[in-house]
Amino acid sequence: MAVVTASARKSPALAHGSRRARGPRRTPPLVLAFVLLPLLVESVWVFWPALQGFYLSLTRWDGVSAPAFVGLGNFREMAHDHVFLGAAGHTVLWLVLFGGLSAVLGLAAALLLQQERRGVGFYRAALFLPVVFSLVATALVWQAIYQPDGVLNHLLASVGLGDLRHAWLADQDTALYAVIVPALWRQIGYVMVLYLAGLKGIDPALYEAAKVDGTSRRQRFRHVTLPQLRSVNAVVLSVIVIDSLRSFDVVWSLTRGGPYHSSELLSTYMYSTAFQSLRLGYGSALAVVIFVLAFGVIASYLVRAFREAE
Amino acid sequence: MANVPHTTAPRRRRAATAGFHLSATALAVLWLLPIALVLVTSVRSFDDIAAHGLGSRPRSFTLDAFRQAWVDGGQQRALINSLLVTVPCVLVTLALAAMAAFGLSRYELPLRRSLLLLMLGGNLLPPQILLIPVSKLSELMGAYDTLPALIGVQIGFGVGFYVFVLHGFMRAIPAEIQQAAVVDGAGPWQIFWRIVLPLTRPALAALSALSFTWIFNDLLWAITVLRSDTKMPITAALIGLQGQYVSMWNVIAAGSVVAAAPTVAVFLRFQRHFVAGLNLGAVK
Repeated sequence: MAVVTASARKSPALAHGSRRARGPRRTPPLVLAFVLLPLLVESVWVFWPALQGFYLSLTRWDGVSAPAFVGLGNFREMAHDHVFLGAAGHTVLWLVLFGGLSAVLGLAAALLLQQERRGVGFYRAALFLPVVFSLVATALVWQAIYQPDGVLNHLLASVGLGDLRHAWLADQDTALYAVIVPALWRQIGYVMVLYLAGLKGIDPALYEAAKVDGTSRRQRFRHVTLPQLRSVNAVVLSVIVIDSLRSFDVVWSLTRGGPYHSSELLSTYMYSTAFQSLRLGYGSALAVVIFVLAFGVIASYLVRAFREAE
Repeated sequence: MANVPHTTAPRRRRAATAGFHLSATALAVLWLLPIALVLVTSVRSFDDIAAHGLGSRPRSFTLDAFRQAWVDGGQQRALINSLLVTVPCVLVTLALAAMAAFGLSRYELPLRRSLLLLMLGGNLLPPQILLIPVSKLSELMGAYDTLPALIGVQIGFGVGFYVFVLHGFMRAIPAEIQQAAVVDGAGPWQIFWRIVLPLTRPALAALSALSFTWIFNDLLWAITVLRSDTKMPITAALIGLQGQYVSMWNVIAAGSVVAAAPTVAVFLRFQRHFVAGLNLGAVK
Protein backbone atom coordinates (compact mmCIF):
# COMPACT_ATOMS: atom_id res chain seq x y z
CA MET A 1 0.00 0.00 0.00
CA ALA A 2 1.40 3.35 -0.82
CA VAL A 3 -0.11 6.60 -0.11
CA VAL A 4 1.50 9.35 -1.97
CA THR A 5 3.12 12.68 -1.37
CA ALA A 6 2.68 16.11 -2.73
CA SER A 7 2.31 16.80 -6.38
CA ALA A 8 3.60 20.20 -5.45
CA ARG A 9 4.63 20.98 -8.95
CA LYS A 10 1.07 21.21 -10.13
CA SER A 11 0.74 24.89 -10.83
CA PRO A 12 -2.29 26.66 -9.36
CA ALA A 13 -3.06 28.23 -12.71
CA LEU A 14 -3.55 24.84 -14.32
CA ALA A 15 -5.65 23.52 -11.50
CA HIS A 16 -7.83 26.58 -11.71
CA GLY A 17 -8.16 26.41 -15.47
CA SER A 18 -9.32 22.83 -15.43
CA ARG A 19 -11.92 23.57 -12.80
CA ARG A 20 -13.50 26.36 -14.77
CA ALA A 21 -14.44 24.28 -17.75
CA ARG A 22 -14.52 20.54 -17.60
CA GLY A 23 -16.02 19.67 -20.91
CA PRO A 24 -19.66 19.33 -21.88
CA ARG A 25 -22.49 19.28 -19.35
CA ARG A 26 -24.25 16.24 -20.73
CA THR A 27 -22.17 13.15 -20.07
CA PRO A 28 -21.57 10.99 -23.14
CA PRO A 29 -22.63 7.37 -22.55
CA LEU A 30 -19.11 6.14 -23.25
CA VAL A 31 -17.76 8.22 -20.38
CA LEU A 32 -20.45 6.86 -18.11
CA ALA A 33 -19.41 3.34 -19.05
CA PHE A 34 -15.77 4.29 -18.40
CA VAL A 35 -16.65 5.11 -14.81
CA LEU A 36 -19.22 2.41 -14.18
CA LEU A 37 -17.18 -0.57 -15.38
CA PRO A 38 -14.32 -0.13 -12.87
CA LEU A 39 -16.87 0.71 -10.20
CA LEU A 40 -18.68 -2.53 -10.95
CA VAL A 41 -15.47 -4.55 -10.70
CA GLU A 42 -14.63 -2.96 -7.39
CA SER A 43 -18.18 -3.48 -6.13
CA VAL A 44 -18.05 -7.19 -6.90
CA TRP A 45 -14.65 -7.79 -5.31
CA VAL A 46 -14.56 -5.17 -2.55
CA PHE A 47 -17.78 -3.38 -1.59
CA TRP A 48 -20.11 -6.34 -1.63
CA PRO A 49 -17.62 -8.63 0.21
CA ALA A 50 -16.98 -5.86 2.75
CA LEU A 51 -20.68 -5.62 3.56
CA GLN A 52 -20.84 -9.39 3.89
CA GLY A 53 -17.80 -9.26 6.15
CA PHE A 54 -19.56 -6.92 8.53
CA TYR A 55 -22.65 -9.07 8.55
CA LEU A 56 -20.67 -12.27 9.10
CA SER A 57 -19.06 -10.75 12.17
CA LEU A 58 -22.48 -11.02 13.80
CA THR A 59 -22.81 -14.73 13.06
CA ARG A 60 -21.41 -18.07 14.02
CA TRP A 61 -20.39 -19.94 10.87
CA ASP A 62 -18.34 -23.01 9.99
CA GLY A 63 -18.49 -22.34 6.26
CA VAL A 64 -20.63 -25.40 5.56
CA SER A 65 -24.02 -24.98 7.21
CA ALA A 66 -25.86 -21.66 7.12
CA PRO A 67 -24.45 -18.85 9.27
CA ALA A 68 -26.29 -18.49 12.61
CA PHE A 69 -26.98 -14.96 13.78
CA VAL A 70 -25.51 -14.36 17.25
CA GLY A 71 -25.63 -10.57 17.51
CA LEU A 72 -22.63 -9.20 19.33
CA GLY A 73 -21.74 -12.60 20.76
CA ASN A 74 -18.43 -12.78 18.93
CA PHE A 75 -17.35 -9.44 20.36
CA ARG A 76 -18.37 -10.49 23.87
CA GLU A 77 -16.28 -13.62 23.44
CA MET A 78 -13.20 -11.52 22.61
CA ALA A 79 -13.24 -9.96 26.06
CA HIS A 80 -12.35 -13.36 27.53
CA ASP A 81 -10.14 -14.57 24.70
CA HIS A 82 -6.56 -14.36 25.95
CA VAL A 83 -5.10 -14.98 22.53
CA PHE A 84 -7.12 -12.06 21.17
CA LEU A 85 -6.09 -9.77 24.01
CA GLY A 86 -2.46 -10.77 23.52
CA ALA A 87 -2.69 -10.23 19.76
CA ALA A 88 -4.29 -6.82 20.28
CA GLY A 89 -1.47 -5.85 22.64
CA HIS A 90 1.15 -7.07 20.18
CA THR A 91 -0.54 -5.14 17.39
CA VAL A 92 -0.34 -1.93 19.44
CA LEU A 93 3.31 -2.68 20.26
CA TRP A 94 3.91 -3.34 16.59
CA LEU A 95 2.31 0.00 15.68
CA VAL A 96 4.49 1.86 18.17
CA LEU A 97 7.78 0.08 17.48
CA PHE A 98 7.50 -0.67 13.79
CA GLY A 99 5.67 2.58 13.06
CA GLY A 100 7.66 4.85 15.33
CA LEU A 101 11.06 3.48 14.44
CA SER A 102 10.44 3.41 10.71
CA ALA A 103 9.29 7.05 10.82
CA VAL A 104 12.22 8.25 12.92
CA LEU A 105 14.87 6.20 11.13
CA GLY A 106 13.37 6.94 7.71
CA LEU A 107 13.52 10.66 8.46
CA ALA A 108 17.08 10.32 9.78
CA ALA A 109 18.15 8.49 6.63
CA ALA A 110 16.47 11.14 4.47
CA LEU A 111 18.24 13.93 6.36
CA LEU A 112 21.57 12.17 5.93
CA LEU A 113 21.06 11.53 2.22
CA GLN A 114 19.11 14.63 1.21
CA GLN A 115 21.94 16.57 -0.37
CA GLU A 116 22.76 15.79 -3.98
CA ARG A 117 26.42 14.85 -3.86
CA ARG A 118 28.74 12.23 -5.19
CA GLY A 119 27.73 8.68 -4.26
CA VAL A 120 24.41 9.63 -2.74
CA GLY A 121 22.46 7.79 -5.45
CA PHE A 122 24.15 4.55 -4.50
CA TYR A 123 23.43 4.98 -0.81
CA ARG A 124 19.79 5.77 -1.48
CA ALA A 125 19.45 2.76 -3.77
CA ALA A 126 21.01 0.52 -1.13
CA LEU A 127 18.51 1.60 1.49
CA PHE A 128 15.65 1.39 -0.95
CA LEU A 129 16.48 -2.01 -2.46
CA PRO A 130 14.71 -4.13 0.21
CA VAL A 131 11.47 -2.24 -0.48
CA VAL A 132 11.05 -4.20 -3.70
CA PHE A 133 11.50 -7.59 -2.00
CA SER A 134 8.41 -9.47 -1.03
CA LEU A 135 7.92 -9.71 2.71
CA VAL A 136 8.14 -13.48 2.37
CA ALA A 137 11.59 -13.33 0.79
CA THR A 138 12.62 -10.75 3.38
CA ALA A 139 11.42 -13.03 6.13
CA LEU A 140 13.37 -16.01 4.84
CA VAL A 141 16.57 -13.98 4.57
CA TRP A 142 16.24 -13.02 8.21
CA GLN A 143 15.17 -16.45 9.29
CA ALA A 144 18.57 -17.73 8.20
CA ILE A 145 20.27 -14.92 10.10
CA TYR A 146 18.34 -15.78 13.27
CA GLN A 147 19.09 -19.52 13.26
CA PRO A 148 20.97 -20.89 16.28
CA ASP A 149 24.01 -21.49 14.06
CA GLY A 150 23.33 -18.35 12.01
CA VAL A 151 25.25 -15.18 11.46
CA LEU A 152 23.73 -13.19 14.31
CA ASN A 153 24.84 -15.68 16.95
CA HIS A 154 28.26 -15.99 15.31
CA LEU A 155 28.60 -12.24 15.38
CA LEU A 156 27.62 -12.05 19.05
CA ALA A 157 30.10 -14.75 19.96
CA SER A 158 32.91 -13.09 18.04
CA VAL A 159 32.49 -9.79 19.89
CA GLY A 160 32.44 -11.55 23.24
CA LEU A 161 28.69 -11.47 23.79
CA GLY A 162 28.33 -15.22 23.46
CA ASP A 163 26.01 -15.29 26.47
CA LEU A 164 23.38 -13.50 24.43
CA ARG A 165 23.22 -16.27 21.83
CA HIS A 166 19.70 -17.33 21.29
CA ALA A 167 17.17 -19.18 19.22
CA TRP A 168 15.66 -15.80 18.45
CA LEU A 169 12.48 -16.94 16.75
CA ALA A 170 11.81 -19.88 19.06
CA ASP A 171 11.95 -17.88 22.28
CA GLN A 172 8.66 -16.37 23.43
CA ASP A 173 10.46 -13.33 24.81
CA THR A 174 12.24 -12.40 21.61
CA ALA A 175 10.06 -13.70 18.77
CA LEU A 176 7.97 -10.55 18.30
CA TYR A 177 11.00 -8.25 18.26
CA ALA A 178 12.87 -10.60 15.96
CA VAL A 179 9.96 -10.32 13.53
CA ILE A 180 9.83 -6.52 13.70
CA VAL A 181 13.45 -6.07 12.60
CA PRO A 182 13.03 -7.51 9.07
CA ALA A 183 9.83 -5.50 8.64
CA LEU A 184 11.74 -2.36 9.62
CA TRP A 185 14.64 -3.22 7.36
CA ARG A 186 12.19 -3.17 4.46
CA GLN A 187 10.06 -0.19 5.53
CA ILE A 188 12.75 2.39 6.34
CA GLY A 189 13.81 2.85 2.72
CA TYR A 190 10.19 3.48 1.75
CA VAL A 191 9.65 6.10 4.43
CA MET A 192 12.99 7.64 3.46
CA VAL A 193 11.81 8.15 -0.11
CA LEU A 194 8.67 9.91 1.11
CA TYR A 195 10.71 12.20 3.34
CA LEU A 196 13.30 12.88 0.64
CA ALA A 197 10.54 14.24 -1.57
CA GLY A 198 9.23 16.30 1.33
CA LEU A 199 12.66 17.75 2.12
CA LYS A 200 13.16 18.59 -1.52
CA GLY A 201 9.98 20.62 -1.46
CA ILE A 202 11.20 22.96 1.28
CA ASP A 203 12.15 26.39 0.00
CA PRO A 204 15.93 26.87 0.52
CA ALA A 205 15.28 30.56 1.18
CA LEU A 206 13.76 29.57 4.53
CA TYR A 207 17.06 28.05 5.60
CA GLU A 208 19.00 31.05 4.34
CA ALA A 209 16.78 33.41 6.30
CA ALA A 210 17.15 31.28 9.42
CA LYS A 211 20.91 31.22 8.97
CA VAL A 212 21.03 34.98 8.68
CA ASP A 213 19.16 35.14 11.96
CA GLY A 214 22.02 33.21 13.52
CA THR A 215 20.17 30.00 14.29
CA SER A 216 21.95 26.75 15.07
CA ARG A 217 21.52 23.61 13.02
CA ARG A 218 19.25 22.10 15.63
CA GLN A 219 17.08 25.19 15.76
CA ARG A 220 16.73 25.19 11.99
CA PHE A 221 15.67 21.53 12.12
CA ARG A 222 13.08 22.20 14.81
CA HIS A 223 11.67 25.46 13.53
CA VAL A 224 12.05 25.15 9.77
CA THR A 225 12.35 21.52 8.70
CA LEU A 226 9.81 19.88 10.99
CA PRO A 227 6.98 22.38 10.46
CA GLN A 228 7.58 22.25 6.71
CA LEU A 229 7.29 18.47 6.74
CA ARG A 230 3.83 18.49 8.26
CA SER A 231 2.00 17.25 5.20
CA VAL A 232 4.53 14.49 4.60
CA ASN A 233 4.25 13.50 8.25
CA ALA A 234 0.53 13.05 7.79
CA VAL A 235 1.10 10.81 4.77
CA VAL A 236 3.79 8.80 6.56
CA LEU A 237 1.49 8.36 9.55
CA SER A 238 -1.28 7.01 7.32
CA VAL A 239 1.11 4.66 5.54
CA ILE A 240 2.51 3.38 8.81
CA VAL A 241 -0.79 2.75 10.56
CA ILE A 242 -2.37 1.10 7.55
CA ASP A 243 0.74 -1.00 6.87
CA SER A 244 1.06 -2.00 10.52
CA LEU A 245 -2.48 -3.24 10.75
CA ARG A 246 -2.05 -5.12 7.48
CA SER A 247 1.26 -6.70 8.53
CA PHE A 248 0.77 -10.36 7.94
CA ASP A 249 3.26 -11.83 5.49
CA VAL A 250 6.38 -11.34 7.55
CA VAL A 251 4.90 -12.79 10.74
CA TRP A 252 3.25 -15.63 8.88
CA SER A 253 6.48 -16.58 7.12
CA LEU A 254 8.67 -16.40 10.23
CA THR A 255 6.62 -17.68 13.16
CA ARG A 256 2.95 -18.18 12.16
CA GLY A 257 2.29 -16.08 15.27
CA GLY A 258 4.05 -18.51 17.60
CA PRO A 259 5.64 -19.77 19.73
CA TYR A 260 2.53 -19.96 21.92
CA HIS A 261 1.01 -16.89 20.23
CA SER A 262 3.92 -14.75 21.47
CA SER A 263 4.24 -13.00 18.09
CA GLU A 264 0.54 -13.19 17.21
CA LEU A 265 -0.90 -10.06 15.60
CA LEU A 266 -4.58 -9.44 14.97
CA SER A 267 -4.03 -10.04 11.26
CA THR A 268 -2.41 -13.46 11.76
CA TYR A 269 -4.92 -14.46 14.42
CA MET A 270 -7.75 -13.48 12.11
CA TYR A 271 -6.31 -15.60 9.30
CA SER A 272 -5.71 -18.70 11.38
CA THR A 273 -9.08 -18.39 13.10
CA ALA A 274 -10.87 -18.16 9.78
CA PHE A 275 -8.96 -20.52 7.53
CA GLN A 276 -7.42 -23.02 9.94
CA SER A 277 -9.91 -23.23 12.81
CA LEU A 278 -12.71 -22.53 10.31
CA ARG A 279 -14.47 -20.19 12.72
CA LEU A 280 -15.57 -17.82 10.00
CA GLY A 281 -17.93 -15.72 12.13
CA TYR A 282 -15.38 -15.08 14.84
CA GLY A 283 -12.72 -14.45 12.20
CA SER A 284 -14.95 -11.82 10.60
CA ALA A 285 -15.42 -10.18 13.97
CA LEU A 286 -11.64 -10.01 14.38
CA ALA A 287 -11.44 -8.39 10.95
CA VAL A 288 -14.00 -5.81 12.06
CA VAL A 289 -11.76 -4.97 15.03
CA ILE A 290 -8.87 -4.39 12.64
CA PHE A 291 -11.14 -2.20 10.52
CA VAL A 292 -12.19 -0.15 13.55
CA LEU A 293 -8.55 0.39 14.52
CA ALA A 294 -7.74 1.56 11.01
CA PHE A 295 -10.89 3.61 10.62
CA GLY A 296 -9.60 6.87 12.10
CA VAL A 297 -6.64 6.95 9.79
CA ILE A 298 -8.65 5.93 6.75
CA ALA A 299 -11.25 8.60 7.47
CA SER A 300 -8.72 11.37 7.96
CA TYR A 301 -6.93 10.28 4.82
CA LEU A 302 -10.17 10.41 2.86
CA VAL A 303 -10.99 13.83 4.28
CA ARG A 304 -7.66 15.15 3.06
CA ALA A 305 -8.20 13.48 -0.31
CA PHE A 306 -11.67 15.03 -0.47
CA ARG A 307 -10.26 18.53 0.01
CA GLU A 308 -7.54 17.79 -2.48
CA ALA A 309 -10.00 16.59 -5.09
CA GLU A 310 -11.60 19.99 -5.63
CA MET B 1 33.20 19.92 15.59
CA ALA B 2 31.82 23.13 14.20
CA ASN B 3 32.86 25.14 17.21
CA VAL B 4 36.57 24.31 17.18
CA PRO B 5 38.43 27.56 16.53
CA HIS B 6 41.23 27.90 13.97
CA THR B 7 39.83 25.27 11.60
CA THR B 8 39.69 26.65 8.13
CA ALA B 9 36.46 26.25 6.20
CA PRO B 10 37.74 23.88 3.48
CA ARG B 11 39.24 21.58 6.07
CA ARG B 12 36.05 21.49 7.99
CA ARG B 13 34.13 20.78 4.84
CA ARG B 14 36.46 17.93 3.98
CA ALA B 15 35.99 16.45 7.43
CA ALA B 16 32.22 16.75 7.03
CA THR B 17 32.36 15.00 3.65
CA ALA B 18 34.45 12.19 5.10
CA GLY B 19 32.02 11.90 8.00
CA PHE B 20 29.11 11.74 5.60
CA HIS B 21 30.64 9.01 3.49
CA LEU B 22 31.67 7.07 6.56
CA SER B 23 28.20 7.03 8.08
CA ALA B 24 26.41 6.53 4.78
CA THR B 25 28.70 3.65 3.86
CA ALA B 26 28.14 2.04 7.24
CA LEU B 27 24.40 2.34 6.70
CA ALA B 28 24.56 0.93 3.18
CA VAL B 29 26.69 -2.00 4.35
CA LEU B 30 24.24 -2.72 7.13
CA TRP B 31 21.43 -2.74 4.58
CA LEU B 32 23.22 -4.78 1.94
CA LEU B 33 24.72 -7.33 4.33
CA PRO B 34 21.59 -9.51 4.59
CA ILE B 35 21.36 -9.51 0.79
CA ALA B 36 25.00 -10.49 0.41
CA LEU B 37 24.46 -13.18 2.99
CA VAL B 38 21.55 -14.78 1.17
CA LEU B 39 23.47 -14.67 -2.11
CA VAL B 40 26.44 -16.40 -0.50
CA THR B 41 24.26 -18.99 1.21
CA SER B 42 22.49 -19.81 -2.04
CA VAL B 43 25.71 -20.95 -3.72
CA ARG B 44 27.03 -23.04 -0.84
CA SER B 45 26.62 -26.81 -0.76
CA PHE B 46 24.38 -28.46 1.79
CA ASP B 47 27.28 -30.46 3.22
CA ASP B 48 29.28 -27.31 3.78
CA ILE B 49 26.47 -25.68 5.72
CA ALA B 50 25.67 -28.85 7.65
CA ALA B 51 29.30 -29.38 8.62
CA HIS B 52 30.38 -25.85 9.46
CA GLY B 53 27.16 -24.10 10.37
CA LEU B 54 25.06 -21.51 8.59
CA GLY B 55 27.03 -18.57 9.93
CA SER B 56 30.45 -19.95 9.06
CA ARG B 57 32.76 -18.79 6.30
CA PRO B 58 31.74 -20.48 3.00
CA ARG B 59 33.99 -23.27 1.77
CA SER B 60 32.10 -24.43 -1.33
CA PHE B 61 30.56 -23.15 -4.52
CA THR B 62 27.73 -24.83 -6.38
CA LEU B 63 24.55 -23.89 -8.19
CA ASP B 64 22.83 -27.10 -7.09
CA ALA B 65 20.53 -25.24 -4.73
CA PHE B 66 19.11 -23.23 -7.59
CA ARG B 67 18.43 -26.36 -9.58
CA GLN B 68 16.74 -27.93 -6.57
CA ALA B 69 14.57 -24.89 -5.89
CA TRP B 70 13.80 -24.37 -9.57
CA VAL B 71 12.96 -27.94 -10.55
CA ASP B 72 12.18 -30.05 -7.46
CA GLY B 73 10.88 -27.13 -5.41
CA GLY B 74 8.49 -26.07 -8.16
CA GLN B 75 9.76 -22.52 -8.39
CA GLN B 76 9.70 -22.55 -12.16
CA ARG B 77 5.99 -23.20 -12.24
CA ALA B 78 5.41 -20.75 -9.41
CA LEU B 79 7.26 -17.99 -11.22
CA ILE B 80 5.18 -18.63 -14.33
CA ASN B 81 2.01 -18.48 -12.20
CA SER B 82 3.18 -15.21 -10.70
CA LEU B 83 3.75 -13.67 -14.10
CA LEU B 84 0.43 -15.05 -15.40
CA VAL B 85 -1.26 -13.18 -12.57
CA THR B 86 0.86 -10.07 -12.37
CA VAL B 87 1.07 -9.01 -16.01
CA PRO B 88 -2.68 -9.11 -16.79
CA CYS B 89 -3.42 -7.52 -13.42
CA VAL B 90 -1.14 -4.56 -14.06
CA LEU B 91 -2.50 -4.03 -17.58
CA VAL B 92 -6.19 -4.40 -16.75
CA THR B 93 -6.01 -2.44 -13.49
CA LEU B 94 -4.29 0.50 -15.10
CA ALA B 95 -6.63 0.43 -18.11
CA LEU B 96 -9.71 0.43 -15.88
CA ALA B 97 -8.24 3.04 -13.58
CA ALA B 98 -7.33 5.32 -16.49
CA MET B 99 -10.86 5.04 -17.85
CA ALA B 100 -12.50 5.90 -14.55
CA ALA B 101 -10.03 8.68 -13.82
CA PHE B 102 -10.68 10.14 -17.26
CA GLY B 103 -14.43 10.19 -16.74
CA LEU B 104 -14.21 11.58 -13.25
CA SER B 105 -11.64 14.25 -13.97
CA ARG B 106 -12.71 15.55 -17.38
CA TYR B 107 -16.53 15.44 -17.28
CA GLU B 108 -19.18 16.93 -15.02
CA LEU B 109 -20.52 13.66 -13.69
CA PRO B 110 -22.97 13.82 -10.82
CA LEU B 111 -21.42 12.79 -7.49
CA ARG B 112 -18.03 12.45 -9.07
CA ARG B 113 -16.09 13.46 -5.96
CA SER B 114 -17.98 10.96 -3.83
CA LEU B 115 -17.42 8.22 -6.39
CA LEU B 116 -13.71 8.98 -6.43
CA LEU B 117 -13.47 8.73 -2.67
CA LEU B 118 -15.64 5.64 -2.55
CA MET B 119 -13.23 3.94 -4.92
CA LEU B 120 -10.19 5.10 -2.96
CA GLY B 121 -11.84 4.08 0.30
CA GLY B 122 -12.25 0.52 -0.99
CA ASN B 123 -8.51 0.29 -1.45
CA LEU B 124 -7.80 1.58 2.06
CA LEU B 125 -9.90 -1.13 3.74
CA PRO B 126 -7.88 -3.67 5.67
CA PRO B 127 -7.94 -6.76 3.42
CA GLN B 128 -8.83 -8.93 6.42
CA ILE B 129 -12.43 -7.76 6.31
CA LEU B 130 -12.65 -9.09 2.74
CA LEU B 131 -10.81 -12.40 3.04
CA ILE B 132 -13.66 -14.67 4.10
CA PRO B 133 -16.32 -13.23 1.77
CA VAL B 134 -13.89 -13.15 -1.15
CA SER B 135 -12.94 -16.78 -0.71
CA LYS B 136 -16.64 -17.72 -0.48
CA LEU B 137 -17.45 -15.51 -3.46
CA SER B 138 -14.84 -17.19 -5.61
CA GLU B 139 -16.29 -20.58 -4.59
CA LEU B 140 -19.72 -19.35 -5.57
CA MET B 141 -18.45 -18.24 -8.97
CA GLY B 142 -16.74 -21.59 -9.43
CA ALA B 143 -13.45 -19.76 -9.63
CA TYR B 144 -12.00 -20.89 -6.29
CA ASP B 145 -8.47 -22.22 -6.67
CA THR B 146 -8.03 -20.75 -10.13
CA LEU B 147 -5.76 -17.93 -11.25
CA PRO B 148 -8.67 -15.82 -12.62
CA ALA B 149 -10.04 -15.54 -9.08
CA LEU B 150 -6.71 -14.14 -7.89
CA ILE B 151 -6.54 -11.81 -10.87
CA GLY B 152 -10.08 -10.62 -10.23
CA VAL B 153 -9.58 -9.76 -6.60
CA GLN B 154 -6.22 -8.10 -7.24
CA ILE B 155 -7.81 -5.87 -9.87
CA GLY B 156 -10.85 -5.07 -7.77
CA PHE B 157 -8.87 -4.25 -4.68
CA GLY B 158 -6.14 -2.26 -6.42
CA VAL B 159 -8.11 -0.20 -8.91
CA GLY B 160 -9.37 2.47 -6.48
CA PHE B 161 -5.92 3.68 -5.57
CA TYR B 162 -4.82 4.05 -9.18
CA VAL B 163 -8.03 5.88 -10.08
CA PHE B 164 -7.24 8.37 -7.35
CA VAL B 165 -3.64 8.95 -8.43
CA LEU B 166 -4.47 9.18 -12.13
CA HIS B 167 -7.39 11.49 -11.39
CA GLY B 168 -4.98 13.94 -9.75
CA PHE B 169 -2.78 13.72 -12.78
CA MET B 170 -5.46 14.08 -15.45
CA ARG B 171 -7.11 16.95 -13.64
CA ALA B 172 -4.00 19.04 -14.25
CA ILE B 173 -4.31 18.79 -18.01
CA PRO B 174 -5.54 22.21 -19.24
CA ALA B 175 -9.19 22.29 -20.29
CA GLU B 176 -8.28 24.30 -23.39
CA ILE B 177 -6.68 21.25 -24.99
CA GLN B 178 -9.88 19.29 -24.54
CA GLN B 179 -12.02 22.18 -25.80
CA ALA B 180 -9.88 22.51 -28.89
CA ALA B 181 -10.31 18.81 -29.57
CA VAL B 182 -14.08 19.07 -29.11
CA VAL B 183 -14.16 21.97 -31.58
CA ASP B 184 -12.27 19.78 -34.04
CA GLY B 185 -15.00 17.19 -33.68
CA ALA B 186 -13.24 14.68 -31.44
CA GLY B 187 -15.44 12.36 -29.39
CA PRO B 188 -14.69 11.18 -25.85
CA TRP B 189 -12.83 8.13 -27.11
CA GLN B 190 -10.48 10.21 -29.25
CA ILE B 191 -9.92 12.65 -26.43
CA PHE B 192 -9.12 9.78 -24.10
CA TRP B 193 -6.94 7.79 -26.45
CA ARG B 194 -5.21 10.52 -28.45
CA ILE B 195 -4.89 13.33 -25.92
CA VAL B 196 -5.32 12.41 -22.28
CA LEU B 197 -3.60 9.02 -22.24
CA PRO B 198 -0.41 10.20 -23.98
CA LEU B 199 -0.19 13.09 -21.54
CA THR B 200 -0.60 10.67 -18.62
CA ARG B 201 2.23 8.40 -19.71
CA PRO B 202 4.72 9.37 -16.99
CA ALA B 203 2.17 8.55 -14.30
CA LEU B 204 1.22 5.29 -16.00
CA ALA B 205 4.86 4.26 -16.23
CA ALA B 206 5.43 5.00 -12.57
CA LEU B 207 2.29 3.16 -11.50
CA SER B 208 3.15 0.15 -13.68
CA ALA B 209 6.50 -0.29 -11.97
CA LEU B 210 4.89 0.10 -8.58
CA SER B 211 1.90 -2.14 -9.13
CA PHE B 212 4.07 -4.84 -10.68
CA THR B 213 6.00 -5.22 -7.43
CA TRP B 214 2.92 -4.99 -5.23
CA ILE B 215 0.99 -7.66 -7.08
CA PHE B 216 4.03 -9.85 -7.61
CA ASN B 217 4.91 -9.70 -3.91
CA ASP B 218 1.42 -10.38 -2.58
CA LEU B 219 0.91 -13.38 -0.37
CA LEU B 220 -2.38 -12.86 1.41
CA TRP B 221 -4.78 -12.88 -1.55
CA ALA B 222 -3.00 -15.85 -3.09
CA ILE B 223 -3.39 -18.06 -0.03
CA THR B 224 -6.98 -16.88 0.37
CA VAL B 225 -8.33 -17.88 -3.05
CA LEU B 226 -5.88 -20.63 -4.03
CA ARG B 227 -5.38 -24.07 -2.55
CA SER B 228 -3.35 -26.32 -4.88
CA ASP B 229 0.43 -26.09 -4.74
CA THR B 230 0.61 -26.15 -8.51
CA LYS B 231 -1.31 -22.88 -8.79
CA MET B 232 0.49 -20.87 -6.13
CA PRO B 233 2.50 -17.82 -7.11
CA ILE B 234 6.12 -17.48 -6.10
CA THR B 235 5.55 -15.93 -2.66
CA ALA B 236 3.33 -18.76 -1.48
CA ALA B 237 5.62 -21.29 -3.15
CA LEU B 238 8.48 -19.87 -1.15
CA ILE B 239 6.63 -20.68 2.05
CA GLY B 240 6.05 -24.15 0.66
CA LEU B 241 9.77 -24.43 -0.02
CA GLN B 242 10.46 -23.41 3.56
CA GLY B 243 8.31 -26.33 4.74
CA GLN B 244 9.64 -28.80 2.21
CA TYR B 245 13.35 -28.10 2.67
CA VAL B 246 13.51 -27.51 6.42
CA SER B 247 17.00 -26.35 7.36
CA MET B 248 18.34 -26.81 3.84
CA TRP B 249 19.27 -23.18 3.91
CA ASN B 250 21.04 -23.15 0.58
CA VAL B 251 17.82 -24.17 -1.20
CA ILE B 252 15.72 -21.71 0.76
CA ALA B 253 18.21 -18.94 0.01
CA ALA B 254 18.24 -19.84 -3.67
CA GLY B 255 14.44 -19.77 -3.67
CA SER B 256 14.45 -16.31 -2.10
CA VAL B 257 16.88 -15.06 -4.74
CA VAL B 258 14.64 -16.40 -7.52
CA ALA B 259 11.56 -14.83 -5.92
CA ALA B 260 13.21 -11.44 -5.52
CA ALA B 261 14.98 -11.30 -8.88
CA PRO B 262 12.06 -10.09 -11.05
CA THR B 263 11.16 -7.16 -8.83
CA VAL B 264 14.80 -6.21 -8.39
CA ALA B 265 15.15 -6.25 -12.18
CA VAL B 266 12.10 -4.00 -12.53
CA PHE B 267 13.48 -1.70 -9.87
CA LEU B 268 16.94 -1.42 -11.42
CA ARG B 269 15.52 -0.92 -14.90
CA PHE B 270 12.83 1.58 -13.91
CA GLN B 271 14.35 3.09 -10.78
CA ARG B 272 13.35 6.61 -11.73
CA HIS B 273 9.72 5.66 -12.41
CA PHE B 274 9.66 3.65 -9.25
CA VAL B 275 10.66 6.44 -6.93
CA ALA B 276 8.43 8.84 -8.85
CA GLY B 277 5.55 6.39 -8.40
CA LEU B 278 5.91 6.38 -4.65
CA ASN B 279 5.84 10.17 -4.61
CA LEU B 280 3.08 10.69 -7.10
CA GLY B 281 -0.42 11.86 -6.74
CA ALA B 282 -0.27 13.42 -3.37
CA VAL B 283 -2.63 13.98 -0.62
CA LYS B 284 -1.53 17.19 0.93
